[in-house]
Amino acid sequence: MDELFNNLYSKKVMEHFRNPKNMGVIRNPDGVATVGNPRCGDLMKFYIKVGKNKQGGEYFKEVKFQTLGCGAAIATSSMVTTLVKGKPLIEAENVTKQVIAEALDGLPAVKMHCSVLADEGIRKAVKNYYSKQPSQK
Amino acid sequence: MKKLIYLDNAATTPVESRVFAAMKPYFSLKYGNPSEFHLLGQEARKAVEESRRKIASFLGAKAEEIVFTSCASESINFSHKGLIEALRHFAPKSFTPHIITSAIEHKAVLETCQHLENSGLAKVTYLPVDQYGLVKVTDLEKAIQPNTILVSIMYVNNEVGTIQPIAEIGQLLKKVNEQKTKNHQPRTYFHTDATQAIQYLDCQVEKLGVDMLSLTGHKFYAPKGIGALYIKKGTPIRKQQDGGGQEMKLRSGTENVPYIVGLGEAIELISEVKDGQHQKLTELRERLITNILKIPEVYLTGHPQKRVPHIASFVIKGAEGESLILLLSDKKVIASSGSACTSQVLQPSHVLTAMGVAAEVSHGSVRFSLGKNTTIEEIDYVSQILPKIISRLREMAPQI
Repeated sequence: MDELFNNLYSKKVMEHFRNPKNMGVIRNPDGVATVGNPRCGDLMKFYIKVGKNKQGGEYFKEVKFQTLGCGAAIATSSMVTTLVKGKPLIEAENVTKQVIAEALDGLPAVKMHCSVLADEGIRKAVKNYYSKQPSQK
Repeated sequence: MKKLIYLDNAATTPVESRVFAAMKPYFSLKYGNPSEFHLLGQEARKAVEESRRKIASFLGAKAEEIVFTSCASESINFSHKGLIEALRHFAPKSFTPHIITSAIEHKAVLETCQHLENSGLAKVTYLPVDQYGLVKVTDLEKAIQPNTILVSIMYVNNEVGTIQPIAEIGQLLKKVNEQKTKNHQPRTYFHTDATQAIQYLDCQVEKLGVDMLSLTGHKFYAPKGIGALYIKKGTPIRKQQDGGGQEMKLRSGTENVPYIVGLGEAIELISEVKDGQHQKLTELRERLITNILKIPEVYLTGHPQKRVPHIASFVIKGAEGESLILLLSDKKVIASSGSACTSQVLQPSHVLTAMGVAAEVSHGSVRFSLGKNTTIEEIDYVSQILPKIISRLREMAPQI
């Protein structure tokens, strides 16, 4: 279908919307961030718990989200948690809006600008974690 | 598979079988061009004029005052631009026509007015509304100027169902025009967009005091793509579509005969059942409103009493409209939302904004619009599943 006129969600978007993965709260998170604002209609909160591998590298041990927003906002929040969970923190940089959209088999163009805040949310949660670490970071 | 519960009748309605049956012969059997004098042409002409009479009779108008169009948007564009163009044709260059409309009109009116304004063809005043979406007649009276040529106020708002005091405005303009005639000033014409009103409210043009009225068929069981404009005899109007001079030289293009037949049949059908439908749907709507307002932090939008029987609209705190619509749809309930996410422009509803609803709340808007097939079981089913859907979305949302 012509992308310009496509206001339909892919099967994968609907799957993540209907059964979001990693939805909820982490008590005592290592990093937390809120993005978006309710006036714009989308609000997301991400929680991360950081683990360390044998070499001391930090990775996403646990990731959870809470989202108020449209189908795309919920599905992208869910998708981003599955994309980063278990991965090194530094790889959060690679999880862009495009990567999230592709993992969901595409998103309507109109949704790309407003509802895809999840990449930003994860990066901010990582920054929040770093900011709490002693000065070596 | 479970049957669909269709509660989006303010968006569009299914074509009624009687309407479809009336249209059918005019596709492949009685396919003549009504402008031709032969047997087939005259057969088509007869059908077109019969439909025009039915619409005229419904509105209490004369047949020659009805022009067929493709939809209400076209009727609105035609009436506004056509009137301004016709008047400017005679007026001196220094005369700038003034239009008064409201902030909660359909985009067809707002965009048309903005176009006229941007082209320097008219000045426009957008009247505010109160928290219920009502235009104040006193505000309108104050806004009238000597060069006010057109007042355009919708009969019923499509998002919240509030009924505007059209007859009262008609009365006011009658007095204003008597005075204007005495003062040798140009008169003020009155247009109403009656799209959501046709099925349930009195649309007799004399009683309303309107000079022009726009309507579209697909809101009352005719197909999409056919509408009409009532233009009171003597109202100046310039055609917007040039060509072969069909529709009394006002709207060129070969008449869409089957759809015109469908429109006539549909309007006849609703006039047969108007009163009964009004009563039945008001009861069902009230039942739905009562049930839904039991959910915490859910508010009715629009006027509690002055509303059409078929529209129940709400804002739901802490739940986003598009998500609500998707989850309702999973339960086979078809409704709509004015949420920014469901609009192509990603702006919160201009109607709710004009009513003073904060953006963070208007994102959670939902509209249920009933139709002649709506049952009490359907209303109760929706009342039963909606609280669960709202709770689910609220649980998902972060605390603000």
